[in-house]
Amino acid sequence: MLSYFLRRLILVLPVAFGVSVICFLLVQIAPGDPLTAIMPVDATAEEQAAMRAAYGLDKPLPVQYGIWIANLAQGDMGRSIATGRPVAGEVFGAVQNSLLLAISAAVIAFPIGIFLGFLAGYFRDKPLDRVVTAISIAGVSVPNYWLGIVLVIIFSVSLGWLPSMGAGPGGSQDWAWDWLHMRHLILPAVTLAVVPIGIVARTVRALSGDILTMDFVQALYAKGMSRLDVLAHVARNAAATALSVMGLQLGYLLGGSILIETVFNWPGSGFLLSNAIFQRDLPLLQGTILVLALFFVAMNLIVDVVQAAIDPRIKRN
Amino acid sequence: MALVETSGLGGITTAHSGYWSGVARRLVRDPVTMICLTILVLLILSAIFAPWLGLADPHKGSMIARLKPIGTEGHLLGTDEQGRDMLARLIYGGRLTLFIGLMPVVLAFFIGSVLGIIAGYAGGLTNTIIMRTVDVFFAFPSVLLAIAISGALGAGIVNSLVSLTIVFIPPITRVAEAVTSGVRALDYIDAARASGAKALTVIRVHVIGNVLSPIFVYATSLTSVCMILAAGLSFLGIGVRPPEPEWGLMLNTLRSAIYVDPWLSALPGLMIFVTSLCLNLLSDGVRSAMNVRD
Repeated sequence: MLSYFLRRLILVLPVAFGVSVICFLLVQIAPGDPLTAIMPVDATAEEQAAMRAAYGLDKPLPVQYGIWIANLAQGDMGRSIATGRPVAGEVFGAVQNSLLLAISAAVIAFPIGIFLGFLAGYFRDKPLDRVVTAISIAGVSVPNYWLGIVLVIIFSVSLGWLPSMGAGPGGSQDWAWDWLHMRHLILPAVTLAVVPIGIVARTVRALSGDILTMDFVQALYAKGMSRLDVLAHVARNAAATALSVMGLQLGYLLGGSILIETVFNWPGSGFLLSNAIFQRDLPLLQGTILVLALFFVAMNLIVDVVQAAIDPRIKRN
Repeated sequence: MALVETSGLGGITTAHSGYWSGVARRLVRDPVTMICLTILVLLILSAIFAPWLGLADPHKGSMIARLKPIGTEGHLLGTDEQGRDMLARLIYGGRLTLFIGLMPVVLAFFIGSVLGIIAGYAGGLTNTIIMRTVDVFFAFPSVLLAIAISGALGAGIVNSLVSLTIVFIPPITRVAEAVTSGVRALDYIDAARASGAKALTVIRVHVIGNVLSPIFVYATSLTSVCMILAAGLSFLGIGVRPPEPEWGLMLNTLRSAIYVDPWLSALPGLMIFVTSLCLNLLSDGVRSAMNVRD
């Protein structure tokens, strides 16, 4: 098991390197001078050159990349151009909020998706299957930022049941596990859950439908096993693949919540990202994307290892 | 000799058209797919011919006619926050929305197919370089990658096209590579190579015909996501710039109106939803019509 983990880890390193290169290049493809935002309008050529040297922008690109990576290794992601605060602190605070939202959405989506998918797989080509299939197609087709707005219209504007903005009363950013805060979580989490419900249901439907037609299921019935016990066998067979899909979905939820966070003013990484974009705060943009992408890479690694731990067939391949 | 060859080719041609007419027959018999196709064709035609439909000017606002509700006299679907006719803006909005929503997949289909076929056919170092680069892009969730590139490049139609094309090249390349290396391992490729055909000739004559339709089917399944992402970029303010009518951008600017006229402000999003739903169902329909085993 450990050797499998180490082998996978070694495969991840070049990907992580590539991710860091892309994040580094993001700032390079941005039009305009990254320093214009903080440079005084009447700066002389010498002052500009001094500033450029101070930020290391006068060195060749590979050297700049080396310096950036070396700082990164020490947890230094540079300073936000807009606020002057260290990027690392801002990003990790925001990522915690995003993680809270992503995990809440996963807690809603995965059980519902599994249940619906199992129903559809069990009653394949029956009316129930068609209903579930329709739900999952609608789930993956809906632009979730629009769904968020529709839910706000229904539950905030029309019914007045739930708040539509922020992560706590009065726009507070400090999370607490009480009703006053948790009611802020409901609408964004439900909105974010819709796409993974569709994807998980679709996956589990295909998996359980296929497994149910396999010979061993017939054999289990033939030896007199009860329906419920047979389903437990089916579930175990489907678990590894289903878990890997869900693990990736959790990664997507974190990286893909940007639009939803914007709709609900949720103070997470997506919200930070859109602020960074509009203030042309490139170090902050770079740092946020790097952290989210590396989280996704780590998630992939965890999924692979867990999958291999559950299903010995995978390790053998 | 020539006669034999021609008749041989003739046989192949018949089998070929037989397959495609079978696909067409199955498609026509599938009501859901046909309804979706009809809706999409109507949306595209109305977007193309918008100037000749006798609509109001989508750019002309009116201070006194702002946020008129759906069903107002002279404004069938009401007016937006600047008093512009919603029906006109929704139909004109289809132009940019559909263009930016579909074009990246078309571009990525060509670029990704070329890269994937090269990687799959050449194998070895070429394959490693192309596919490991593709792996790196897979480390980004598609939404994140699109927003990262668009965010860095800034708003604009060309920038949106560029960032979305970059997002969809890696998945298409991966599928193209997998299909091509499958075909590459078949005996008739070896036979063609043994007969002295050059790599380009083998690819042109023997490979492309066998790999393009699976790649194409896969690409169609990406159109719905691309549509949602493209409108999402405009919704975030890093896609199409105002005052151009575009569904994502309209959804964004109308958000301020949800307390005044909630359902009016939800209309542009409904258009995105219907389009992406039809694209998904159409793609499913084409897939099952083309793949007899399914």
